[in-house]
Amino acid sequence: MNTDKMMIIDGREIPIEGERNLLEVIRKANIDLPTFCYHSDLSVYGACRLCLVQVEGRGLVTSCSTAPEAGMKVRTTTEEIREIRRIAVELLLANHDQGCPTCGKSSNCKLQDLARRMGIDKVRFKPVHKSKPIDKSNPSLIRDPNKCVLCGDCVRFCHEIQSVGAIDFAHRGSNVAVLPAFGKDLASVECIYCGQCASVCPTGAIMPRSEVAEVWKALGDPTKKVVAQIAPAVRVAISEAFGGEPGTVSTGQIVAALKSMGFAQVYDTSFAADLTVIEEANEFLARKTKGEKLPQFTSCCPAWVKFAEQYYPELLKNLSSCKSPQQMFGSLAKDTLPAKLGVEAKDLVIVSIMPCTAKKFEAKRPEFQHEGVQDVDFVLTTQELSRMVEEAGLVFNKLEPESLDMPLGFKTGAGVIFGNSGGVSEAVLRYASEKITGVKIDAVDYHIVRGEEGLREATISVGDVTLKLAIVHGLKNARAIAEQIKAGKCEYDFVEVMSCPGGCIGGAGQPVPKDYQYRKQRTKGLYEADKTLQLHKSQDNHYVAECYKNHLGEIGGEKAHHLLHTKYHSRRRISDEDLDLVSGTAESKLVVSVCVGTSCYVRGSQNLLHGLIRHVEEQNLQNVVDIKATFCFERCNKGPNVAIGDVVLEKCTFEKACEVLGQKLDEMKQKS
Amino acid sequence: MPQSVARSTQMMRKFEKVCQILDQYDRDPAKLIPILQAVQEEYRYLPEEVLTYVATSVGLPPARVFGVATFYAHFALEPKGKYVVRLCDGTACHVKGSIPILEAIRERLGLTAQKTTTPDMLFTVETVSCLGACGLAPVVVVNEEVYGQMTPEKGVALVEEIIAKEEQK
Amino acid sequence: MSQTTIDLKSIAAAYGKAHEKVVRRIILCAGTGCVANGALKVHEAFVEGIVAAGLPVVVELKGEEKEGTLVSKSGCQGFCQMGPLVTVEPEGYFYTKVKVSDVKEIIETTLIHHQPVERLLYSKPMSGEHCLTTHDIPFYQKQHRFTLKACGLVDPEDIQEYIYQGGYESARKAYVEMTPKAVCDEILASGLRGRGGGGFPTGKKWDLTRIQPEGKKYVICNGDEGDPGAFMDRSVMEGNPHCVLEGMMIAAKAIGADEGYLYVRAEYPLAVKRLRKAVADAEKLGALGKNIFGSGQDLTLHVMEGAGAFVCGEETALIASVEGKRGMPTPKPPFPAQSGLWGKPTVINNVETLATIPLILQMGAHEFRKFGTEKSPGTKTFALTGHVANTGLIEVPFGTTLREVVMNIGGGVTDKTGQVTGECFKAVQIGGPSGGCLTEEHLDLPLDFDSLRSVGAMVGSGGLVVMNKQTCMVSVARFFMQFTQNESCGKCVLCREGTKQMLALLDDIIEGRADETTLPLLEKLAVAVQKGSLCGLGKTAPNPVLSTLKYFRAEYESHVFQKRCPTGQCKSLRQPEILADKCKGCTACARKCPVGAISGEKKMPHKIDAALCIKCGACAQACKFGAIVGV
Repeated sequence: MNTDKMMIIDGREIPIEGERNLLEVIRKANIDLPTFCYHSDLSVYGACRLCLVQVEGRGLVTSCSTAPEAGMKVRTTTEEIREIRRIAVELLLANHDQGCPTCGKSSNCKLQDLARRMGIDKVRFKPVHKSKPIDKSNPSLIRDPNKCVLCGDCVRFCHEIQSVGAIDFAHRGSNVAVLPAFGKDLASVECIYCGQCASVCPTGAIMPRSEVAEVWKALGDPTKKVVAQIAPAVRVAISEAFGGEPGTVSTGQIVAALKSMGFAQVYDTSFAADLTVIEEANEFLARKTKGEKLPQFTSCCPAWVKFAEQYYPELLKNLSSCKSPQQMFGSLAKDTLPAKLGVEAKDLVIVSIMPCTAKKFEAKRPEFQHEGVQDVDFVLTTQELSRMVEEAGLVFNKLEPESLDMPLGFKTGAGVIFGNSGGVSEAVLRYASEKITGVKIDAVDYHIVRGEEGLREATISVGDVTLKLAIVHGLKNARAIAEQIKAGKCEYDFVEVMSCPGGCIGGAGQPVPKDYQYRKQRTKGLYEADKTLQLHKSQDNHYVAECYKNHLGEIGGEKAHHLLHTKYHSRRRISDEDLDLVSGTAESKLVVSVCVGTSCYVRGSQNLLHGLIRHVEEQNLQNVVDIKATFCFERCNKGPNVAIGDVVLEKCTFEKACEVLGQKLDEMKQKS
Repeated sequence: MPQSVARSTQMMRKFEKVCQILDQYDRDPAKLIPILQAVQEEYRYLPEEVLTYVATSVGLPPARVFGVATFYAHFALEPKGKYVVRLCDGTACHVKGSIPILEAIRERLGLTAQKTTTPDMLFTVETVSCLGACGLAPVVVVNEEVYGQMTPEKGVALVEEIIAKEEQK
Repeated sequence: MSQTTIDLKSIAAAYGKAHEKVVRRIILCAGTGCVANGALKVHEAFVEGIVAAGLPVVVELKGEEKEGTLVSKSGCQGFCQMGPLVTVEPEGYFYTKVKVSDVKEIIETTLIHHQPVERLLYSKPMSGEHCLTTHDIPFYQKQHRFTLKACGLVDPEDIQEYIYQGGYESARKAYVEMTPKAVCDEILASGLRGRGGGGFPTGKKWDLTRIQPEGKKYVICNGDEGDPGAFMDRSVMEGNPHCVLEGMMIAAKAIGADEGYLYVRAEYPLAVKRLRKAVADAEKLGALGKNIFGSGQDLTLHVMEGAGAFVCGEETALIASVEGKRGMPTPKPPFPAQSGLWGKPTVINNVETLATIPLILQMGAHEFRKFGTEKSPGTKTFALTGHVANTGLIEVPFGTTLREVVMNIGGGVTDKTGQVTGECFKAVQIGGPSGGCLTEEHLDLPLDFDSLRSVGAMVGSGGLVVMNKQTCMVSVARFFMQFTQNESCGKCVLCREGTKQMLALLDDIIEGRADETTLPLLEKLAVAVQKGSLCGLGKTAPNPVLSTLKYFRAEYESHVFQKRCPTGQCKSLRQPEILADKCKGCTACARKCPVGAISGEKKMPHKIDAALCIKCGACAQACKFGAIVGV
C-alpha cells in the first residue's frame, strides 16, 4: 500500500482512495459519523455540524467539507465533540414536534436514531417549537414543517438533481423555513411529485401521502373485488423493510402477503410494460421512418411528464403518446377484468403497488378517469405495502411464495427491467431490432445502455438503421437534452427519461435505504430476475399477443389507441391567478382573458383590453362575461392573444374579439 | 367600470416598468438583488406577481427568488406606509434609550412589533440594527431624513408634525 | 482601443493653480451626523450670505481659476455630537453646532473682520476655555488621524482635489513601477492587519491570492459595516471614496484581478452615491478602466448595494450575496483566496484596510510601522459612543490605552443625567456583537489585536461603547444575543438554534425564571456554539455572554439567586415598595396605577400588591414625596 496516501483515523491507518472528503474516508473505515445535511449526490452544505472531527494541527473541522490529506491525524469522538454533538441534537429536539410515536417516519428517523445513539434522556433546553400548518394539498406528498431540521437535503435535491426548485429556504435566522414560493402549498407550485425530497429527508418533514386506510377499507368491503398490480422495482426493494438485502427478489412473498390481506387477484405491472414496449417501439419506428417528432421521449415516468408539461410544452409532441404501464394496466383491467372476474366494473378496485409517489398524482390525472372513476383506484408505495404487511402481522421473510395470477401476471424480462434506468431502452431495443431486421435475436443483453451515470449515450446499428439513444435519470439531465433540442443541436432518436436516481428502483416510495450501495444492488436484482425468466422480449409474451387478438386489435390501432395512449397539456402557467377586471354574476359566464405579457403588451393588448371592457359595459354584458387580464398563452410571436371561452384568438383585433364574443354568447343562449 | 380600466392600466404600467428594469440588468440571475432593489424602488414593495414575473424572466424558480427576497431585511413583501419611520436600535442608540422612543411612537400610532403599518398606509414603524449615525444616538430616520438625539417626546412630535402636514393636504 | 493615460501631475497642477486664487476656504462637515443636524442648510446659507455680503464665492473648484472664498463640503470629521462643524481657513477657526442663524455673524466677524466668533468655538467642559482650532480640543489633540485625515479636508466628490493631495500616486506607482509580488511584499512588510475584525495580515491574504493560477480574479471591498455601534467605514466611504478605490486598485494589481465589487451596506445611501460618483469620475479621467497608467492592465469596479443582512459582512456570505443568492456562509476551506466569487480567486478587504493601503505605499512600510505596536502596526479608527462626553469617530495608534481613549479623547464617562463624573465607569463593549467587555481592570490595556484577544474581546470593526454604572450587563449581553439571533442566517444548527436558546436563557435570567442550572447550561451552550458554528458570526456570537459572565458573574448571580437586578434596569425583577414613613396617603399613585395594584385609606400609607403589579413605574412618577422605591 502506498503510505503517501495514508491517514490516521482514531489511531488506525486508513488509505485515501480518491474520496472527495474526509467524511467518506471515515465512513469507509466503518465509523458511522452522523450527518443530516450530507448526501453524496448533492453539494456540500456544512450546516448540521454533526460530522465535526478533530484534526491534529487544525482543530475542529466538519469532515464533509474537508479534503482528505495524506498524514492527517483525525479523532472522530472526543469529549469536546461529543458535547457539541449532544448539544446540536438537543437543540434540534427542543425545536421539534416530538409526537414521535405517531410520526410516519418513526423508526426510520435519523433524529430519533441519533438521540437514541447518544443516550439523550432529557432535553436541557426549553421547547421553542411553534406549531405550523401541514401541507396536504396534493395527492403525493405531505409536508410537515414541524418536523423539519432545515438540513436542506430536499432543497438541494429538487434544485441540483431535478432542476425544479419547487421548494427553497425562505426567511432568515430563527424564522428560516423550507417553503414553496410565497409560502404556498405544493399543489400550487411546480412540484413534480417525484418525492425525492421525502426520500432524502432525515425526518418526517416530507413524507409520501398514505392511502393505506382507503385500501384496507376497500378490502373490508364485501361488495368489492380488489386486485393489485405490482411494479417491477417493488419486488427488489421491499425486503429491505424487513431487514433483507437490497436486490433480493421477493415477488412470491408480495403475492402471498397481498392474498393473505384479501386481494382477490395479484397481477404484474410488467405485463403492461410489455404492452408499453410494443406500442412505444412501434410509435418510435414509425417516427424514425418518417423522420418526424424525434427524439421520441419515453412517457412512463409521471414526474417527467409533468416536468415536460411545465417547462417544455413545445416538446410535448416528442413524448411518446403511450400511457405509462400503470395506466395501461388500469385501463385494460377496467376494460377486461369485470367480465373475466364476474364483477361489475364499479365494484372492481385496482390498487397499484408502486415505488413512486408521482404515480399517486398520475392515477388522479383527469385523463385517466372515466365518469369520475379512476382507472387505477389507489396507489400504494412500497413503504405503504410494508406497513400493511406489518399491521397484518405477517412475517414477510417467512411467507411461502405464491404465484401471480394470469393473464395479467405474465411478463417477459423486458417488462421487468423497466424498473431501472436503461431498462425501457433495452426492452425497446429487444423489440425494435427484431422488427427492423425481421430476424429473431438471441443475444438480448444490451450492456451499452446499462449503467449508473445520469446521462448515458448509445449508438446502435440495427440492420441498416443507426439508432442514437440517450438514457437519463435526474431531470436536470433531461432539461439539458430539452435545451439541446430547442437549440437545434440534438441528434438523438430516442431518449429514456426517469426522474429518480437509478430509475424506479430509486423511487421515493421505496424503503428508506440503510446502505449507500442500494441502487446498484436493486438494479442487479432486476437484471437477475430478467435472467431467470424464460422469456426476455415483449413480443414473445403470448398473453400480450392474445390480448391484442381478443381485445385490442391491431398494434397502434383504434382500440389500442383508445386504451393505451394519452394526451398531454401545457402547464407553463403553473398558478392560474388572473386578475379579475369584470366579474359576471350569472351562473354560466363567458370568460374573456386578455394576455398582458410583454410581447402582447407591446402589440397593443392594453388598448384591446380597455376596448373590451368598454364594449361589455356598453352592451350591458357585465353579468354574463368575465374579463381577466392574464399572462401568456405561449404564443408570444402571434400576440396579442385573447381567449374567449375555449377559443384562443391570435393576432387579435378589437373587431375580431367582439365578433367571437357575440358568437359565443349566442351559443350560450342557445344551450340554455 | 372606469375603476377596472384604471386597474388594468395600472397593471400594465407595472409590468412595463419591470420589463425595463429586467432589461437594464440583462435578465441576469446574478443581478437578482439589484433587480429586486430597483423593483422595490419602483413599487415600494415586492408584489407577488411581480416577483413571479421576475423569477420567470431571469430563469430562476420562484421559490428561489422568494428565498432571496425574504432573506434580506430591506425587501418588503407587504406594502409599506408613505412614511417609513425607522428607529435605530444599534448599540449606541440602545444604551441611550431607543426602546422608549419606539414604544412612544408605536403607542401614538397604535402599532406593535407585529403590526407595523397603520391602516391608512401613512406610517410604517420598524427598527433597524444600526444606521451608522451613532454619534447622534438615539436616532430616528423618516424615509431618508435622519433625526438625531431623539427622545420619546421628540419622536411623537415628529409623527404629529407629519400627520398635521398630511391633513393640510 | 487605446486610452490616453491619465497625467496626475497636470491635473494636480491645474487644481493647484486654481486653488491659489482661493483666499479663504470654509469647510463644512457633511457627514451623516452633521447633515442630520442641518449642515446642508448651513452650506446654502454660507453661499447666499457671502454673495449677499458682496464677496466673491467659489462653490466648486473645477479647474476654473476664480478668486474668492471656496465653500466646500467634507466627509465626517468625527466630532458628530458637536455638529454641524464649520472650519474657516486659513485661520483654522473651528465652529461647532453652527445654525443657519449663525452664518451671518461668521461672515461678518471672521470673513470680513478676521476675528473668531467666540460663542461658536468649542469650550472645554471643565474650564470653559475656548479652543480656537481643532488642535486645542482634547478630542482631536490626543488622536492620530491618519486614515481619516483626508476625510475632514477634501471634498469627497472632487477627484481633482484628491489628486492634488497626492491621490492615485500610489496606484500609479503600483501599476507602473512595481510587480505584483513587490506590492504584496511591501504590504506584508508593513505588517498591516485586516481592520474588519479578525486581524489577518493583509499582505499574506493578497499573496495567497496572487499565487493562484493566472486567470480571472476578483477584488472585493467589504463595505457591509453591520456592527451596531460602528460607523468608521461609512465615514471613509462618504468622506474619502477615492482612497478606497485606490486601495482596491492596488489590491487588484497585487493579485492580478481585473474586476472588483464594492459591496456597501444599504443603510448607507450617501456612501453608495459617493462611491458611484467616484468610480464614474475615475473612469472618466482614465484612472480606472482599460490600460491603467499605460500598464496594459484593466480594472472594472462595480458598486453593489447590500440589502440588509449583517451576516453578509462574512466573506463567504458576502460572495453569495454578490452572486445574487441568499447571504448564507459556506464552509472554509476553500478560502476565497482559492475559490471565491464565481469560484475564482478573490480577495476581500474591509474599507478601512483598503483606505490605508495608498498611504502605506506612499510613505513606505518602514515609516508606517513607526505607528502602533510591533504586532499591530499603524492606527485604528474607533467609533466611540455610549455614556461618554465626546462621542464620535476617532483614530489612534494601536497600543493606545483604553483610559486614554475613554477619559481623554472621550472626555470621561457620563452618568444618567449626562454629566461627567469621575466614578461612573463600568465597562466598555468593544467589537460589537462579536466582541467582549472590558472593565476597569483593563483601562490600562493597550488596544491592539493580541492584547484584546487575550482578555476575550476583539477589535472587531472598532465599535467602542462606553457604559456607566447604571447599565445592567445581563441586559447588554441579551441585547447582543437578540441581535445575533435576528441576524443569524439560520443555516447551521448551532448558531440558529443555539442563539435562540441562549436568548431564552438570558430572558429567564432577566425575567426571574432562572435557577441554579441556568448559568452552567448557558456557559456550556455558549462554548458549543463558539466551537462548533459554521462561520464567524456564530463562532463569535457567544462572546458578549462569555465575556460578561467572566467579568460580571456576580451580577448574573444576583439576577439568578436573589432575583434582583443590581442596576434596577430589569423591569421584571423590580420590587416596587411604598415607604410608609414617606407616604402621605394622597392616593395619587393609586389613581395612576393601571392595574389597581395599589390600595390604602386616604391620608394613610398605601400598599402595593406585588401579585398584581406590572412594574410599569407609573406610581413612582406620580408620587411627589419620593415614597415609592424599587422601580
